[in-house]
Amino acid sequence: MRTKTSMRLGVGLAAASVFAMAACADPDDDQLVVNEEIEMITEAAAPDHMERVRTIYSGWRFRSDETQAVQMDDFDNPAMIWVDAAAEVWETADGTEGNSCASCHESVDSMEGVRAVYPKWNEAAGEVRTLEMQVNDCRENQMGAEPWKYDGGDMTNMVALISSVSRGLPVNVAIDGPAQSTWEQGKDLYYTRFGQLELSCANCHEDSYGLHIRSDHLSQGQINGFPTYRLKNTKLNSVHSRFKGCIRDTRAHTFAPGSPEFVALELYVASRGNGLSVEGPSVRN
Amino acid sequence: MATGVKPRVKVPKTASAGEAVTIKTLISHKMESGQRKDDDGNIIPRSIINRFTADFNGQNVIDVTLEPAISTNPFFEFEAIVAETGTFTFTWYDDDGSVYEETKEIEVS
Amino acid sequence: MELTRRNMMVLSSAALAASSIGVLPAMASLADEQIAELTGGAEMVEGELSISAPEIAENGNTVPIDISAPGAVMVAVFADGNPTPAVATFKFGPLAASHDASTRIRLAATQNVIAIAQMQDGTFQRASAEVKVTIGGCGG
Repeated sequence: MRTKTSMRLGVGLAAASVFAMAACADPDDDQLVVNEEIEMITEAAAPDHMERVRTIYSGWRFRSDETQAVQMDDFDNPAMIWVDAAAEVWETADGTEGNSCASCHESVDSMEGVRAVYPKWNEAAGEVRTLEMQVNDCRENQMGAEPWKYDGGDMTNMVALISSVSRGLPVNVAIDGPAQSTWEQGKDLYYTRFGQLELSCANCHEDSYGLHIRSDHLSQGQINGFPTYRLKNTKLNSVHSRFKGCIRDTRAHTFAPGSPEFVALELYVASRGNGLSVEGPSVRN
Repeated sequence: MATGVKPRVKVPKTASAGEAVTIKTLISHKMESGQRKDDDGNIIPRSIINRFTADFNGQNVIDVTLEPAISTNPFFEFEAIVAETGTFTFTWYDDDGSVYEETKEIEVS
Repeated sequence: MELTRRNMMVLSSAALAASSIGVLPAMASLADEQIAELTGGAEMVEGELSISAPEIAENGNTVPIDISAPGAVMVAVFADGNPTPAVATFKFGPLAASHDASTRIRLAATQNVIAIAQMQDGTFQRASAEVKVTIGGCGG
């Protein structure tokens, strides 16, 4: 059973926010089908490891009808501009070895299912790796190319392309075995209060989802839709950029994109979405 | 010079004569409004797509004047009537003088 | 009334209260001027022209609007609360199947989006939609 702690943010606005909350407090009941073809699971029973949440919801269910509509057709979804750009990069050789992604992996369709299981334990490297880390491993070791900036445009576009071919498949990251200690570390971070506002991830996205933070409808902070095109900055945003933004918003010094802390947090947060469909690249406000 | 500008259009491949077809267009463009300031407080100069036209076999479908209030990556949706097989021409005009053009064939039966 | 900080706060909460129940304070002279310039001050009537926009926009950066203007040769769209009110002007050619169009626009604040259509006979129609633009939290 989840508990809702109401947050009194600005008593002067209480009347306005109560009005807004009454209008749409919880996730809506809309069904997400992309291109009239890909049926997305936007609601599922919470994974067993989640003790305080019974049902998990995609962030899509917390958005307005107008924002939701933009994700329902690949033409309307501006994220696809960068997916198209990455599809060209996929075919383009780079680095000293004369290889492109396609040299080894052929069509990007071969990546179907990959997004759904990342971050993932890499036995040879002895660490949990995100998709971004794996892409840079390919670039450095298979292509002899310069690694991309962890949350730079090239990388986020490529992750969006790889994610796009897994859309509709349920997220299913492994949290046991060798990944468990990283997962535990991520869980600790999720419940750690950061910054001058002393907020943990859980304060907003577990205790208070469905409520409004100022005029924004708080979601569960699921990451199944990343990379996500945000109306706010009109570009693709990576998971770690979002984490960085969240921790910054608590008025804390944040961790760096690609840092071990964020890798662990990504694994943990991804596991809270096990059972929801991969939606990336999604559209959010 | 705006960089990374890439037009996309969605037009059905076929239609029957006289049918109304729905067209969607999107072009990647910052649409810098001229209202924003950089980190040093200087106004970032306006740089937008200021006009968009769609024509079919030389006849106009729609002609739009865009102002800075049009969102980043300008999107339009509208309907055209096609009497015969032919070519749609879509043209975007940039403040910097660049002109971006995209064409799509449609087969009408 | 002396404009102390306290009074300013009272004033702004009154404005806030007004906007939250759907009444906007009078403004928009710049948009009115531009509309008058366009129509030459001609009388505007309500007709088949319509403009639709979300009642509440999650982000003012990207607000979808649809216009429908049967019989119009030209439709100009204005946002009366933007620093520059003009938004776009649509001219329909001979091959337009309908005089409907959709786009996405920027709105700086809660305001009216106004469509002015010039009809084939030279008369003008007017339609508007109020959009509440939320300030946003952190988007998640």
